[in-house]
Amino acid sequence: MEVKLLTQRYDNPESWTLAAYEKAGGYQVFKKAFAMDPEQIINVVKESGLRGRGGAGFPTGMKWGFVPKETDKPKYLCVNADESEPGTFKDRDLLTKDPHALIEGIIITGWAVGISHAYIYIRGEFGVPYYRIRDAVKEAYEKGYLGRDINGKGYSLDVTVHRGAGAYICGEETGLIESLEGKKGQPRLKPPFPAVVGVFGCPTVVNNVETIQAVPWILEHGAEAYRKYGTEKSPGTKLFSVSGHVNRPGNYEIELGLPCKTLVHDLCGGIRDGKRQKANIVGGSSVPVLTGEEADAVHLDYESCVEAGTMLGSGGMIVMDEDTCMVWALAVILKFYAHESCGQCSPCREGTAWIRNLVFRLESGHGTSADLDKLLSICDNMMGTTICVLSDAAAMPTESFIRKFRTEFEAHVGAGRCPIRGKSSHFLESVH
Amino acid sequence: MQPYQNPNLDIAGRDACPVESMGHAVRFSDENQKRFAELLTRYPTKQAAVLPTLWMAQEEFGWCSTEVIEYVAELLDLPPSHVYGVVSFYTMYYRRPMGKYHIQLCTNISCMLMGGETILECLREKLGIGLGETTPDGLISLDEVECLAACDIAPMCQMNDEYHGPFTPESVGQFVDQLRARGK
Ligand SMILES: Cc1cc2nc3c(=O)[nH]c(=O)nc-3n(C[C@H](O)[C@H](O)[C@H](O)COP(=O)(O)O)c2cc1C
Ligand code: SF4
Ligand code: FES
Repeated sequence: MEVKLLTQRYDNPESWTLAAYEKAGGYQVFKKAFAMDPEQIINVVKESGLRGRGGAGFPTGMKWGFVPKETDKPKYLCVNADESEPGTFKDRDLLTKDPHALIEGIIITGWAVGISHAYIYIRGEFGVPYYRIRDAVKEAYEKGYLGRDINGKGYSLDVTVHRGAGAYICGEETGLIESLEGKKGQPRLKPPFPAVVGVFGCPTVVNNVETIQAVPWILEHGAEAYRKYGTEKSPGTKLFSVSGHVNRPGNYEIELGLPCKTLVHDLCGGIRDGKRQKANIVGGSSVPVLTGEEADAVHLDYESCVEAGTMLGSGGMIVMDEDTCMVWALAVILKFYAHESCGQCSPCREGTAWIRNLVFRLESGHGTSADLDKLLSICDNMMGTTICVLSDAAAMPTESFIRKFRTEFEAHVGAGRCPIRGKSSHFLESVH
Repeated sequence: MQPYQNPNLDIAGRDACPVESMGHAVRFSDENQKRFAELLTRYPTKQAAVLPTLWMAQEEFGWCSTEVIEYVAELLDLPPSHVYGVVSFYTMYYRRPMGKYHIQLCTNISCMLMGGETILECLREKLGIGLGETTPDGLISLDEVECLAACDIAPMCQMNDEYHGPFTPESVGQFVDQLRARGK
């Protein structure tokens, strides 16, 4: 059930130290990679079928292939350690427990793509994960794994850990790039894509922590070994962060394609107090919600999730039991998007605020049934009309909550108050 | 029917006053001057050093006053308006002095599912302050934050750079007592 490829070293309480990593065979794979042609490495990653673990699931080898070979500009790697998608906390543990594996992944990626400087963009709130990766980078420099002429191969690579300062939108790759350049993290129009024009006007690869951390394993064991796990189109393993009303919340590394039922009811010990699973958001708060029954039927790979009308996303799974008020849950989620919209696009800036206000009103029992159709029509206008997909990320859950739990919304209108919690949420009245 | 307007929603919050001043000039310590020089070698442009320089400044001076913003702008050859724009965009640069202990309670979905609403009430009551406020003795500030990537210990909060959770109404009270005991 659990398959520990990336998390294999977690059990060692000292797993984060250089000594422990080297003892477990660390910093050997990059030497093997240095003996390979960069193009060969990109091909191995392509063949492995590794897909981006940050949310969109884009094939990693293909992304690297978009970076122009012949250019007189330096090339950059941005490791996305912003981890701000609600419900997601897997990169936190990867950074805390195995920072050297990330560095080795960066070295291999750097050699393959011809990177001269890698920036690890880490969310500002992280304390321990930040100290761990910062210190690990320092150790790696001291050991000669980073810096000038690594391993006598004539290849030089710098790594800098760069702290964000509290803004969800800096997880979006072009928002991240703007932020790294010292600006507000407001996403850019694409194209041009970062692979061609990224940070400082140069070709840039942006990859999630988990994606880069999978690279050493793949290089060590080969693409075929990686493909033994997972499904044809979604090979390998993925970390899921499970939270909410389960008995054992936490991070689980599983083979892609595992039944969601196995993850929730076996690995996580089922719903607390033996209750029924009412709803499950399988991939972070930005993806459409599933009912408990739908969740029990879905398999956790990219294709099956899309077939079930949702997305695998970041793997931040949020489980809700039968006592949860879905109107209230949506209100809490929408408070987030309204707060985090960067404000550049009207449909997003106005839309996130309007749908939040409408759902707050419904939650308080003062809504009307016309509000539901109004919400759906605002959501319609928010999708596919903006610079980045934060707008869609607010509209999609809203649309799915209303479609799947419409009677609950209507019951609030009918009762003039929340029929499930009895009272309306004082908390939602008082938020900034 | 009137469109629903929550009176608290659209207040600019911590940025309501753009001229918050410490009333005195600031300058990095010798050690931070060195760190700053080293920082500049890590980026191809000076502007890219804005975020890390502001972090250093906030660590040394406590918050991002107008003087701090002007100083950082001068160090990086940028218009102060650019640095002010950055400070106001990110939630972690403070435009007001903070208590010694800064409690930031997560009010996102997983923490709320696990009873975060009650924890918020407990904190308000125990501290006698609301969100965005500091206790009169300057010891503890209370804020809410979005998901801190620690939903496995929901309901949780960040206190300075530490994560704490999961809380019960009792344990959050004890947590505050411990902070008070640690004192200034
Ligand atoms: C609003 C928004 C927030 C995002 N936040 C994150 C994040 O916190 N971490 C992350 O790795 N990717 C995040 N992404 C996805 C990135 O834009 C990008 O696709 C990803 O970092 C690419 O890496 P990957 O191919 O390895 O997944 C976000 C996207 C959007 C639209
Ligand atoms: S969609 Fe929203 S978050 Fe994205 S760029 Fe537009 S306003 Fe900013
Ligand atoms: S929802 Fe509170 S830490 Fe994620």
